[in-house]
This record gives sequence, structure tokens and C-alpha cells, in this order.
Amino acid sequence: MNLEELKSMAGDIRVDIVKMVAEAGSGHPGGSLSAADIMCALYFGGVLKHDAENPKAEDRDRFLLSKGHAAPALYATLAEAGYFPKEELATLRKLHSRLQGHPDCRKLPGVEASTGSLGQGLSIAAGMALGLKLNGSESSVFTLMGDGECQEGQVWEAAMFAAHKGLDNLVAIVDHNHLQIDGRIETVCSPEDLGDKFRSFGWQVFQCDGNDMEAILATLESAKESRSGKPCVIVAETTKGKGVSFMEDQAGWHGKAPNAEQTEQALAELTANKEAK
Amino acid sequence: MAAEKKATRAAYGETLVELVEQGIDVVAVEADLSGSTTTKKLGAAHPERLVNVGIAEQDMVGVAAGLSLTGHTAFTGSFAVFGTGRVYDQIRNTVCYANLNVKIAPTHAGISVGPDGGSHQMVEDIALMRVLPNMRVLVPADYYAAKAAIKLAAETPGPVYVRMGRASVPCVYEPGKELEMGRAYVLREGSDVSIVACGVEIDEALKAAELLAAEGISAEVIDAFCVKPLDEDTILASVEKTGCIVTAEEHSVIGGLGGAVAECLAAKHPAPLERVGMQDCFGTSASYEELLVEFHMDAAAIAEAAKKVISRK
Repeated sequence: MNLEELKSMAGDIRVDIVKMVAEAGSGHPGGSLSAADIMCALYFGGVLKHDAENPKAEDRDRFLLSKGHAAPALYATLAEAGYFPKEELATLRKLHSRLQGHPDCRKLPGVEASTGSLGQGLSIAAGMALGLKLNGSESSVFTLMGDGECQEGQVWEAAMFAAHKGLDNLVAIVDHNHLQIDGRIETVCSPEDLGDKFRSFGWQVFQCDGNDMEAILATLESAKESRSGKPCVIVAETTKGKGVSFMEDQAGWHGKAPNAEQTEQALAELTANKEAK
Repeated sequence: MAAEKKATRAAYGETLVELVEQGIDVVAVEADLSGSTTTKKLGAAHPERLVNVGIAEQDMVGVAAGLSLTGHTAFTGSFAVFGTGRVYDQIRNTVCYANLNVKIAPTHAGISVGPDGGSHQMVEDIALMRVLPNMRVLVPADYYAAKAAIKLAAETPGPVYVRMGRASVPCVYEPGKELEMGRAYVLREGSDVSIVACGVEIDEALKAAELLAAEGISAEVIDAFCVKPLDEDTILASVEKTGCIVTAEEHSVIGGLGGAVAECLAAKHPAPLERVGMQDCFGTSASYEELLVEFHMDAAAIAEAAKKVISRK
């Protein structure tokens, strides 16, 4: 996909996210919308080697969503990529659905690990990266974390380990939207400069605007190609709720579904935004 | 002749080496305790097969999960207190929820860590692991049973808990002993009382049966090494014959083997039950042998419990 097509696809993913959370009546729109461009660049920008027809292909790259509550972003992306029918998005969080409130790798193709309890994805990704190296594989492992998630101690256990083992086939992305459930991350418990922290742990650090398709795509490509003996982290500056004016930069939209009127407005804004491009 | 004594943990590293040399893709993830758990032996023989994450048990479980997701059979180590309780959420949400091929195999479980004291004496781990969906729970009685349990864990897809101890304990099995998932083993037949035990309490139970025999009481001793899935058929067949049961475990009487047997009896064959084990308390510093007496978990205490349960028939 070219840049314009990618932007258009990110818009489609955002529409899917709003529709599915509204239909479910619960879920996490804010952190799903902030991550939509990152997800789109990974799956449609040629960064992640994957095949919807063969989700378990040995030579695939792995992506796992450490911030599992952004499941709507993952599901929308996987559906748009053809892992399962788009109509199934309407079953999110419902009885017998494969689209669980948080990703379940036993149920849905394309989900590499079951996540949702925060702080664990980086360890799993590091284990995968090590396992792939043991297998002689050239594949890369990507994981998307939240910035609030970086308050979990296990993240830093994993950060130390991945650098110590020189897991340069690992790329972590932090969706740095500066908001968590209780408010601004800097107010609740500031992690200070995340880039500095990862750098001090021995990581190669990239920073970019995570809602700028051109920037995120270029940064993902650089991080994937960098096999410098260090794991890579992209601190992606994003806006929570990106694309829906009344959700943008509002902690209150972390885990709340829009009502009918709000959904209509959100979809109108997203459609108008897409047409303007 | 005194029985051969060896710690169950002594089986860990060397059995992993054997498995690797049989072509099984085993990787052990350790948290700075490879000497104590004996996984160091695996590292010495096959350095790429031992992954030391440092003192970071949460990461240990996550890394093991990632290894399993790339095709490896992953074992985690550490001490039982850190390897289960401290990482309960990692085992629950990352390993068991996804039914990953990760084996939780810590050592130094129960009171056998002795002088380290109550902070390190893990007596709740069987309960914590038993309640998890997809998890199987193995509590080997001796060194040979531990070897068999580790092999069984490696051969069984999905999460398995293998509980090992620090102290040298008498061997009750012969070399080469093989164990089956979901089976209990009748080690001594009897007709007056069934003693269902696991782990290092098997040796105490066998000694208790001798004490009881001297008083004319016939005790059946069953090794419930597989606490989950529990071999209910063997236990129920025994209690139908004897009419009462004593459980014995180096663990809290809540939620472990005693709890599992109580659930089984209440649902299928109500009968008098006495549970030997830690009576809802923490341990304390002392030698393992002193602690067995202090907490009423030695052979004499099991024999006492047997007489009490017989009187309740």
C-alpha cells in the first residue's frame, strides 16, 4: 500500500474500532484509536511479514499486543487483513465470540499470545525472540505496549533481559499517549523519559509521531532492519482517542463505549476526515 | 539396611540433560538459582538450553511462555515460594489461560527448606496450582519419582506443575520407576484405614503403617503423586474397603491433597477424613526433621490421625 492507501486503511480501522466498541457496549476505544496508525503500518505497510491465509507460517514475523485492552485495534486490523470475516467484529465481547474482551490466542487466528494482564507482553516477546534465534530463524518479533503499562515492574525485568541477551530481532513499540485510567501518566506515576530509561537498559531507542503514518512507517522499518546486537524500542508519541474529537486526550474514554449519538458523531468525523484526505 | 537418601531436586537438572540427549527440545529458564535447583547441570552440558534471567521470576515465566510459543518445551525453576506465589498471575494469565507448553518446576517446596524459615517454606503452592484450569499437579515422593515426573511433564502437552524439595529423603521407589498421569499407586495394602499421601510424606506414611501394624492395625498406603487430575477411582476403591482416610502432605491442609480428597469424598463417598499437614499456619526456622515433629507431620502423627479416624467410623 502507498502512503495514501495506508492513511485510508487507518481510517477504516478507526471506523471498525468505534463501531465494534459501540456494538459491544463496552471496551477500550481510547488506546485502540491511539494505536490505529501503528497497527496499520505494521500489517499493511510491509513491515510485518505475515500471511492471513497461513497464520502459523514458520517464517512469519510475530506481533503480540502487550496492551491487550486495545484488542479492538488488533481485531479490526486482523479482520481488514483477512484473518477472519469483518462481520465477526460485531461479536466483540459477546457470548461464544472468538473476539474476547482481551486477546485469546486459543480462539482467534493471528493472535500470537493471550494478553490483557499488563506488563507481560515484553517478556513473552523476548522469549519468542530468543526461541526464534535458537531455531535459527531470521524472523522478527514486535510488541505494542502502553506507556502506563511501563509502570509494571516486569517490563523492566524483560528490558534488562532482552538487552543482556542481545535480542536484536525484537522491536517494542510504546504507544505513548500520556493517559491512563486515573489520568495523565505524569500525574499518576511518571515514568519520566521512557526513551532514556530503555537506552540506559541497553536498548536502541527510536522516537517518532505515532499518529503520523509516514513517520511511524519509516521508524518501524528502521527498527526492524537494525540488527545491531541491541533490541529496539520505538517511543511513539500518540494522542489517545485519535480521530474522534471528543475522545482525544481524554482519560475518560480509556474504557467506555460511546452511546448512539456519540457513535454517530464519531463515525461522521472519521468519515469526513477520510474523505478530506 | 537404611534406604538410599536423595533430594527430589537432584533429579531435575540431570533429567533435563537426559531429555535433551534423547532429542527432546527442552529449555530451562532459571532465576539465579540454577545451582540450588540443579538446572546448572543442563547449562553445563548444553549451555544454550539454560536461560538465566537473573532475579526476575515474572520475566522467567514470560520468557518460558515465549519459548513455548516458538516450539520449545520450557521449564521454569526457582524456589516454590517465588516460582508459584510470586508469579501466580503470570502462570494464570500467560501460561494456563493460553494452555502453553510450560512446565512450572520449582524446588525447595514445603517445610523441607528448614532453617530458611517461614518466609521461604512454601506450603500453599499445591493449592495455587491445583485451582488453575489446564494445570496438572505432580508431587513426586522421592528422587526416582521426581525423574519420572519430569519426564512425564515434558511428554505431556500443556502446563504441568512439578513440586520438588530441598532435603534428602529416603527413596521409596526403585530406579527406572515410571509414573502415569492421573494415576495413584497403592504402595502397601491394608484394610482398616487408607493413608493417601504425596511427596516426602509418603516415606512418613509408610513408617506410620509399620507403627500401626505393630498395634494390629492394617493401613493401606497410597501415593497420590498426581494431585491433579486426582485418581479418584483408586482412592474410592480403597475407602470402600477401609471406610476411612488420612491424607498427609507437606503443605497446608487447605486446598492441597487433603482438600482434593475431601472434595472427592464429599461428592462421591462420604467417609471420615483426617488431614495431616500444615494446619493453616506458616512454618518457622528449624531442621526439616524437627519441623516434621513440630507441625505434627511425622510418622507418629500420621499413625495418631489414623487411630482417630478409625474411631470415627
